[in-house]
Amino acid sequence: MNYESQFIKDNKTERKYEFKSNYKIEIDEKRITRRIKLSKVSRYIFSLSLVFALLVLVILLYRIGVDSIGWLNINFLTGKLSIFPEKAGIFSVIMGSVYLTLIVIPVTLILGVSTAIYLEEYASNGKIKKIINTNISNLASVPSVIFGLLGLTVFSRMLNLGSSILAGGLTLSLLVLPIIVVSSQESIKAVPGFLKEASLAMGATKWTTLRKVVLPVALPGILTGSILSISRAIGETAPLVVLGIPTLILTTPNSIFDDFTALPIQIYYWTLDTVLTPEYANLAAATIVVLLGVLFIMNSAAIIIRNKFQKKF
Amino acid sequence: MKDSMKVRDIIHENISNKKNKLDKVMPMFFLVMASISVVTTIGILLTLVIDASKFFAAVPIKEIFSTDLAPLNANPSFGILPLINGTLFTTVIAILVAVPIGLSAAVYLSQFASEKVRKLLKPIIEVLAGIPTIVYGFFAYSFVTPLLMKLIPSLGAKNVLSPGIVMGIMIIPMVTSLSEDSMNSVPEIMKEGAYGLGSTKLEVALKVVIPGAISGILSSIVLSISRAIGETMIVTIASGSSKNFTFDITQSMQTMTGYIVEFTSGDAASGTTGYYSLYAVGLLLFIFTLGMNMLAQYISHKYREEY
Repeated sequence: MNYESQFIKDNKTERKYEFKSNYKIEIDEKRITRRIKLSKVSRYIFSLSLVFALLVLVILLYRIGVDSIGWLNINFLTGKLSIFPEKAGIFSVIMGSVYLTLIVIPVTLILGVSTAIYLEEYASNGKIKKIINTNISNLASVPSVIFGLLGLTVFSRMLNLGSSILAGGLTLSLLVLPIIVVSSQESIKAVPGFLKEASLAMGATKWTTLRKVVLPVALPGILTGSILSISRAIGETAPLVVLGIPTLILTTPNSIFDDFTALPIQIYYWTLDTVLTPEYANLAAATIVVLLGVLFIMNSAAIIIRNKFQKKF
Repeated sequence: MKDSMKVRDIIHENISNKKNKLDKVMPMFFLVMASISVVTTIGILLTLVIDASKFFAAVPIKEIFSTDLAPLNANPSFGILPLINGTLFTTVIAILVAVPIGLSAAVYLSQFASEKVRKLLKPIIEVLAGIPTIVYGFFAYSFVTPLLMKLIPSLGAKNVLSPGIVMGIMIIPMVTSLSEDSMNSVPEIMKEGAYGLGSTKLEVALKVVIPGAISGILSSIVLSISRAIGETMIVTIASGSSKNFTFDITQSMQTMTGYIVEFTSGDAASGTTGYYSLYAVGLLLFIFTLGMNMLAQYISHKYREEY
């Protein structure tokens, strides 16, 4: 950049540079100065966008923090739901989210990692691979509310699961499937070929190689991807609302066939009902703090796993 | 495995291992698991098409393309135009917010920011992407709407403007990261060439980097339109459920996604025309978003500059 500022300082007037040939080159220094200034100003204009994003993030977190002060305490975390804001606690809501996660984790892991293994290790036929890959990328673009309709029709009505934890968990598992498939595919792809070849050369079969070489090496990447997809599932609201989760459930679920409520659904209902009871906004904010806290811990764990256990070859 | 084992023994053991059966079973297992994603897509299509066709059989075409939407009346009518109108307005507002801000953030990160600043700022954008939409919905309803009400007194408690803006903020990370990726893939040698001819950073950004990355930028815009069309919770909370056909963005409008949520969380009896209308709206939503996704893929293939 130095030469640019030098130029502005030294040359205020228009000069002509004469060459030995017949050509004359005119340099309009005012224009050059203007261009350089414009470039410098534009840098700040472009950076405003990031300032804006940062500002929104700060305001959002600040507002939610302020709204939840005084409401987020140990009674709120361990108490039962109530229609009276002062008495309300979200223990059953937290348990609902925990149960949901307990379904989403095994289902997405088995489905997602198997799909990724098939695509990366076994699919020799380019056509099948292409169909599944295209399908996954299209599935990723389907709005979450449509997955809710799928869950409503297939899990709730056809399989008669109603608005149970199982129905919700299966719906969310299908929703986050593309995320875990793509990230597992990436980490399996990143396993160096020489490790596999060394194993095969020792006479190990493909399955043994996969189990003892490929998967252990790819594991940190797969874990990172699955934590990210599960945190997406925890924050997802629309499909659960479409499944018809009842508005007010005062009991804590005991099995995966029970009706339930989860953190995002409770935020939704409390936000909707602020018209009736303004304090519900504080309850919603306090629940959001809990939700964001959980997501923050999960994402930090994902980053730590990625940085600490990922092997470099 | 014992250290004293000879290689020959290991190979022998591996070949004669009874677990070898797994070698035949596991590929089949993986194939079955992989096909579930395809089954899911087929399942989505079938549920939508079957139940939507019942709706289309029951409601005349003329009524569908009317501006009259009253699904819960004793004499219900199912005009879809109010929903399309609501979706269109929220999407346009969101894009007007997300594209300029997202693109300039991408230009700044790829052209102007030093490596240090970039490493500091990128996570902030990613945090915005990780916040659940329900939180944005709460933010739109309890903060942005009251704030806008001070500026525009005629603004309703439920309106299209506030969720549109917040949805735009939610989409910024998507525009930024996708277009920054494609800006970074513009070869260094082209930029150096432009600098060598005396271009300023701004000129390189506008005349070399953006034209070179145009396929990625366009497809990021199309993908964010698709995301805005399918976004549910922000609009459901902050934009309300008015089924009026209006062009006034200070008023409440219902989007297609909002309709689905309102109708399912109410008492939609299975088997009524109202219940099937959900699937008709869902099918339309599916077609829109899938079409956008395909368009994005087409753009990035068709206009991609090969370096």
